[in-house]
Amino acid sequence: MQTIHELTAAFTKGESSPVAVAEEYFARIAALDATVGAYLTVTRDEALAAARASEGRYRAKQPRGPLDGAPIALKDVFATQGVRTTCGSKILERFIPPYDATMVARLKAAGAVLLGKTNMDEFAMGSSTEHSAFQLTRNPWDLARVPGGSSGGSAAAVAGGLAAGSFGTDTGGSVRQPAAFCGVVGFKPTYGRISRYGLIAFASSLDHVAPFALDIHDTALLLGATAGHDPLDATSVSEPVPDYVAALSGQVKGLRVGVPDEYFGEGLDPEIDRAVRAGIDTLRDLGAAVERVSLPTTKYGVATYYIVAPAEASSNLARYDGVKYGLRVQGKDLIDMVSRTRAAGFGAEVKRRIMLGTYALSTGYHEAYYGQAQKVRTLVRRDFEKAFARVDVLAAPTTPSVAFKHGEKADPLAMYMNDVYTIPASMTGLPAVSVPCGFNGAGLPIGLQLIGRPLDEPTLLRAAHAYEQATPWHTKRPRLG
Amino acid sequence: MADGTYETVIGLEVHAQLATRSKMFCGCPTTFGAPPNSQTCPICQGMPGVLPVINRTAVEYAVRTALAFGLRVNAACRFARKHYYYPDMPKNFQISQYEEPLAEEGALEIDGPDGARRIGIQRLHLEEDVGKLVHEGDFAAAQASLVDYNRSGMPLMETVSKPDIRSPEEAAAYLRAFRAVLLALGVCDGNMEEGSLRCDANVSLRPRGAAELGTKVEIKNLNSFRNVQRALEFEVKRQTAALDAGQRIAQETRLFDAERGVTASMRSKEYAHDYRYFPEPDLVPLKIDAGKVEQARAALPELPRARRQRFAAQYGLPAHDAGLLTQSQALTDYYESAVRAHANPRAIANWITTELLREVDADDEAAVKGARVRPEHLAGLVKLIDDGTISGKIAKDVLARMLASGEDAGTIVKREGLTQVADAGALEALVDQAIAANAKAVADFKAGKTAAAKALVGQVMKASSGKANPGMVDRLVQEKLAKL
Repeated sequence: MQTIHELTAAFTKGESSPVAVAEEYFARIAALDATVGAYLTVTRDEALAAARASEGRYRAKQPRGPLDGAPIALKDVFATQGVRTTCGSKILERFIPPYDATMVARLKAAGAVLLGKTNMDEFAMGSSTEHSAFQLTRNPWDLARVPGGSSGGSAAAVAGGLAAGSFGTDTGGSVRQPAAFCGVVGFKPTYGRISRYGLIAFASSLDHVAPFALDIHDTALLLGATAGHDPLDATSVSEPVPDYVAALSGQVKGLRVGVPDEYFGEGLDPEIDRAVRAGIDTLRDLGAAVERVSLPTTKYGVATYYIVAPAEASSNLARYDGVKYGLRVQGKDLIDMVSRTRAAGFGAEVKRRIMLGTYALSTGYHEAYYGQAQKVRTLVRRDFEKAFARVDVLAAPTTPSVAFKHGEKADPLAMYMNDVYTIPASMTGLPAVSVPCGFNGAGLPIGLQLIGRPLDEPTLLRAAHAYEQATPWHTKRPRLG
Repeated sequence: MADGTYETVIGLEVHAQLATRSKMFCGCPTTFGAPPNSQTCPICQGMPGVLPVINRTAVEYAVRTALAFGLRVNAACRFARKHYYYPDMPKNFQISQYEEPLAEEGALEIDGPDGARRIGIQRLHLEEDVGKLVHEGDFAAAQASLVDYNRSGMPLMETVSKPDIRSPEEAAAYLRAFRAVLLALGVCDGNMEEGSLRCDANVSLRPRGAAELGTKVEIKNLNSFRNVQRALEFEVKRQTAALDAGQRIAQETRLFDAERGVTASMRSKEYAHDYRYFPEPDLVPLKIDAGKVEQARAALPELPRARRQRFAAQYGLPAHDAGLLTQSQALTDYYESAVRAHANPRAIANWITTELLREVDADDEAAVKGARVRPEHLAGLVKLIDDGTISGKIAKDVLARMLASGEDAGTIVKREGLTQVADAGALEALVDQAIAANAKAVADFKAGKTAAAKALVGQVMKASSGKANPGMVDRLVQEKLAKL
């Protein structure tokens, strides 16, 4: 398994070619994906056409950049023109978007070879990818276990060598948590840094486009190709995009690292505690100054998130009514048709959240729930501001537990609690990354989470990169097939 | 029950489609009457994954309108989602404004029979329009509903009046004055038939002198000035009868049936939607720069009421004429062009209000702009009267021909030989004939009935086919009679 920067360096030197590499990936997918279940749709023809075009550019010595010819997978939440986009839901099972998401268009423009669309929890609601309407995805490190979610397919694809890099979406941890479970890098940039245009909305104020990669160098490349202002997304940030690769100096001397007390309490798996603390020690050994900080509102994160996210989801998902696209179940009249369509098209978790959200927004409850949750969000943001007045990055575990077994977390609340350490950065829109930091006794990967200041992706990348250079974890691969 | 027992309380919500080139949140064009769904894109079709982007021109137009009504433009406002399920609304929510509208607290002054009246305006906000359901044949028999999303996402400006309107006539007057302001500002084409301007009314009755408002009924679907007035008149009668009969008014939404001239219940309060408003998370709060607001204020054009007052003062017009002539931008322009061509403002005003507006609807901008009689031609007609070339009576015939052919007055008068006969010799002969043929009138005159002279003048005018100069005929008749 090679990284994107290794692959494209080989393309430049003429040691391998985009078409040959794409064929290798399709061969691996054919051999292994029946087991892993990462892909919902494989776009072989389109990918090979893109690979051939890329190959032509390398032959003409005019590649478009460091992603030209890179085989990349997309979570099935991104609109892809002419390619079925299901969002993991029956209601969009046959939906073919007439347009490309901005990030898809940017990847195409960078010459990326898009291998296909990956499995996910329906409408990105879940932490295990078990809520997909279509199939189970297995963790390449232990096929009895979940890859995490909701972007489980994209994480498993990279971990299993079924894509060199991939994109998911992180709304409450949906990229960082599966990255931790699958032993790869997952980077959620600042809210608005990558356009959401064409990202099928779950919770608009929380949805982030986020890449998975084998290492931080690749992460920097994937961020660089997709970040930047988009006139089609009013919430996208207009600040210029820095050179992320240039930030990878390997130096963390003098970097101030904060360790939030609240992320190391009750409920944290002791093996994760040890691995993460060891990771923080590594940063200290590299010259970083480590200190304790406090984020007292952490305990309100999950509750707040489960008001805001379902409220926005209940609104965003109202459009699926059988009138315009996707599934339609006929009924005796309009209301009957809409009811039957939604009853048949949505899974249990989606329905649960639509009901939660509808309730939270109804007259009389709006202030008590949604209004109050937005106030708490402000308090959480202040906590972080206070911490970032003293430190440059925060270091913490990504998840309280390692990958769990399929069916293990049948209780929705137990599943929700898995996002306790990832939700705060989602609610505040702060950039955060999960990097592999070891394995538990059973050989399951553990993630170290670093959280940064708004738009300070360069510092996060620098810290993560330095850590990665000093540790072997990112080079470990699961044995598949 | 006698009139005057109840006081009528009316508030109007007006939806104006802004005359921007593109839609409220996407780049689709806004032209009316295109083939179904030809002016749509993933955004206004509510496809999965799309996001709205605010149309800056729509904001500019809304600010301009807010200033014209003296509203306070908020430094920041927010869009909010309003939820209900209906297939003409592709996202099943409408992006509108709720708790933080673009502008608040202003008024529109209207001139009523008892002088000026100030109708408060509560708020003004921006939102997107919905599409249209289309049925083959009649609604009940149609096999299916079809949806046309061309209108989906059109920019709408909603303005909510305070319950300051006191009669159906006043409601119509408010709407007319409102429309005139929008037209003067150039922010809306004001075309009610095409739905560019739509109105809902809230109406309630209360015992005269009571401070508390009665139960209000909302009437929807009021698409002309006439229908606003008719619907409200019906509703006032209905509510009066109900109250007189000791019944309670149900809070409900009623639909006006223009054909039958009645309102009918659409839905009652129990079935009212819970719109579940919340701030639109895909849009950041809209900040409106104070400097830009001041620039817009400075650039406001003359507004209809100020113009009406100016017309009365500058052109010496009676209030009624000044009101009529400033009713639409097109008519104002028409009048002022004519006055520029020939400086007889009162006569020109008369000719427009009594003659031209019989043929052309004063509210119809396009009709006024496209009138076959051009303003300079009308001025030319008045000039021919003023310089004695034709009589006022002939001028009416000439105008009829101008309306039919589009020619100028001079051309018609010359071709048809309609010039006044002012040749004293020719007129003398006609006067002599009239005196000879009307012995009784002459006798009456001699007996002191001076009015008899008028009959003789009439005879002369008739004999000249109206071409005789009436002043000269009058003088000649008087002279001849005096000599007898």
